[in-house]
Amino acid sequence: MAAPKIIVVGGGLAGLAAVIKIAEAGGTVDLFSIVPVKRSHSVCAQGGINAAKNLKGEGDTTDKHFDDTIYGGDFLANQTPVKAMCEAAPGIIDLLDRMGVPFNRTPEGLLDFRRFGGTLYNRTAFAGATTGQQLLYALDEQVRRHESTGHVNKYEGWEFLSAVLDSKGVARGITALNLRTMELRSFAADAIIIATGGIGAIFGKSTNSVVCTGSAQSAIFQQGAYYANGEFIQVHPTAIPGEDKLRLMSESARGEGGRVWVPRTVGDKRPFKQIPESDRFYFLEEWYPKYGNLVPRDIATRAIHKVVYEHHLGIDGQPMVYLDLTHIDRATLNRKLEGILEIYEKFVGDDPRDVPMKIFPGMHYTMGGLWVDFNQMTNIPGIFAAGECEYQYHGANRLGANSLVSCIFGGFRSGPNAMAYARSLPAAEGDGGHAAELARQAEINNNLMTNDGTENPFKLWRELGETMSKHATVVRYNKGLKQADEKIVELQERFKQVNLSDKSQWANTSFAFARQLGNMLELSRVVVGGALLRDESRGAHYKPDFPERNDEQFLKTTKASYTGSADGPRFEYEAVDIQFIKPRPRRYDATK
Amino acid sequence: MAPKTVQLEIKRQASPDAPAVWEKFELEWRPGMNVISAMMEIATNPVTADGQATTPITYDSNCLEEICGSCAMRINGKARMACSSLVENLEQPIRIEPLSKFPLVRDLQVDRSVLFENLMRVKAWVPVDGTYDLGSGPRVFPQEQEANYPLSNCISCTCCMEVCPQFNEDTGFVGAATIAQVKLFNNHPTGKVFKEDRLRALAGDGGVQECGFAQNCVEVCPKQIPLTNAISDVSRDVTIQKVKDFLRG
Repeated sequence: MAAPKIIVVGGGLAGLAAVIKIAEAGGTVDLFSIVPVKRSHSVCAQGGINAAKNLKGEGDTTDKHFDDTIYGGDFLANQTPVKAMCEAAPGIIDLLDRMGVPFNRTPEGLLDFRRFGGTLYNRTAFAGATTGQQLLYALDEQVRRHESTGHVNKYEGWEFLSAVLDSKGVARGITALNLRTMELRSFAADAIIIATGGIGAIFGKSTNSVVCTGSAQSAIFQQGAYYANGEFIQVHPTAIPGEDKLRLMSESARGEGGRVWVPRTVGDKRPFKQIPESDRFYFLEEWYPKYGNLVPRDIATRAIHKVVYEHHLGIDGQPMVYLDLTHIDRATLNRKLEGILEIYEKFVGDDPRDVPMKIFPGMHYTMGGLWVDFNQMTNIPGIFAAGECEYQYHGANRLGANSLVSCIFGGFRSGPNAMAYARSLPAAEGDGGHAAELARQAEINNNLMTNDGTENPFKLWRELGETMSKHATVVRYNKGLKQADEKIVELQERFKQVNLSDKSQWANTSFAFARQLGNMLELSRVVVGGALLRDESRGAHYKPDFPERNDEQFLKTTKASYTGSADGPRFEYEAVDIQFIKPRPRRYDATK
Repeated sequence: MAPKTVQLEIKRQASPDAPAVWEKFELEWRPGMNVISAMMEIATNPVTADGQATTPITYDSNCLEEICGSCAMRINGKARMACSSLVENLEQPIRIEPLSKFPLVRDLQVDRSVLFENLMRVKAWVPVDGTYDLGSGPRVFPQEQEANYPLSNCISCTCCMEVCPQFNEDTGFVGAATIAQVKLFNNHPTGKVFKEDRLRALAGDGGVQECGFAQNCVEVCPKQIPLTNAISDVSRDVTIQKVKDFLRG
């Protein structure tokens, strides 16, 4: 029997990790990516990657990593896969080290570790403040090595459009669009792995990259896959507001001693240097003495909102607080944080070694995603998912530096599991559904290209982003969520009237974007609908009208499915695997 | 007071064979604007300064944080990243063109895959035995990490190749970025197993000898990678390798 053929969609950490495992096991991979894989969004991860290697003599263990992750995620994550991830993490760090990732070192030449949010241990390995870049490059290099031996074919500049399903609903390949020639094609495979990252674009501005639209997840969802915990969206406490995006300012700034503060008095206009310690309100340290500036992100984000919108203490009356590194010596800052300090310097113009940074929360991470079983397979046979696009490892709130480990771990699992699945897959009947799916996609493309309405897709997107950011991020009210859903339905109607100003058949970015937008709108309803129904507060999902966690009713995974009707997605709930750690109240103002 | 405006002149070309035309745009100025946000603005209202309907501009971009390397283009004559090009620091009208040394796709989008091909040619990777658990990696002292980390920061933007007078079809020069990666992997305790292969790949035509020491690369690099040092070091190693290979016959 021929070696299985696997398609991997997405070339970030999860996708590349899957590719490497498949190539190593003798399979062949077609790797699809909108951008050259070395430019994937994983490159933006800054602070580090968690693993309980206990190299600082603190008595850290993988069990403690497991507990911190479950507790940090407010008990919503299934515990079996999280436990396995935490146990695998030290080995993953060793592997990355062997691949040549330039991790920071101790004087003895061992891996250095720093602190991150939601833990009291130095558990985060790091390569300056560009850890994601360094990890992505290491995997990119390994994939290039497998490419050189013919195990990997890259389709860079191709965008996934849909899965090809046979008459029994089993995946037999994908359809994709060549973003240069605009050619529509289908590709056969025995299994496919979706590794397409987060959905930041539905919030307009976020810390995500341009390609993080969730379009692929949405397409699969519309073909029958469950989408789980869509309402759980992480808003990172420290981002730099910008015209085109919100730029991340890594948690590692606080891990290395950065302090968040505002002037204690409303309307204090003095320059920061003239404000003495006694007039500074280090609100995270005062409210959360044990974790201080390193509380989990949802907690820090809500605290900043409170200080700005309830205490009216934003700097100069603006929605901004200080993130201050100026008390740390320049040499240390350069050695450990240079990458992110340069970002601030280049995009804001101030040197954060001299002047405290001005930051505000920004949409950052998608905890929810495609529902998968413990083998990383969705409910559609033959479609696997790994990385940020699936829901499995972070519950209601992700801890900093757990994303890189979850992406690589998920990728490493999905690859061999897809191979095992593919080996026992019976041959497809007929053409496996390729012709029918191609025809369906061709019709969608044709309708979009020939539509002569009046709506500009980029304007619709801007309106979607404003609505989602206003109603479905830090603080949620049912009234606002209902308004948001109505707005999305309105945008979906107007989307039918889209008129592309560019109707050419060559490198037409408007066309590709409009296709993504249609999918973004569908997924937005999943986020808003899930949030509306979840009348409790848990992790990143916070409703002032329902301020407590309600385990009896909502210690459950939300599963949305596509109906195709105007009523929107259908929601159901699934019990969470809590067999190892009994849920307990989550309080970072006290010892856990 | 009339609102401040931003004037842009963008070189458009619908396809590799189509004629190039310059289009002018005038946008409302907003604080913190960069070249990318200006082009996003044009996409929402694709109309030129003289009121002609046009199409959104085709360009590569992704992270917008100057770390993915996508959005390199020529801005006011200088090869740089569009995301970190703040409008308030640029002379107006801002003239935007595609990189000139790479095959044009459309508008500001060019095909830079030659860099990735070069990286494959020089085996820019560490040949690990496998991804199963084999314990920790080799010991690396902080001094070594601090020397290698800057080389590992290369974002493959190709600005160094764009500004190099020697990077052209006549020489077939691989360019500074690839040479710096050769130094990086030759420095690695495991990666150096391919040191001789990499040096030989850079020994012939198009190799390190093509460098004319114009030093443009190191000046333009957005990540301040010590490219000229890397070229000198690799150049020396290539010469030594050539002598060794000669003596071995």
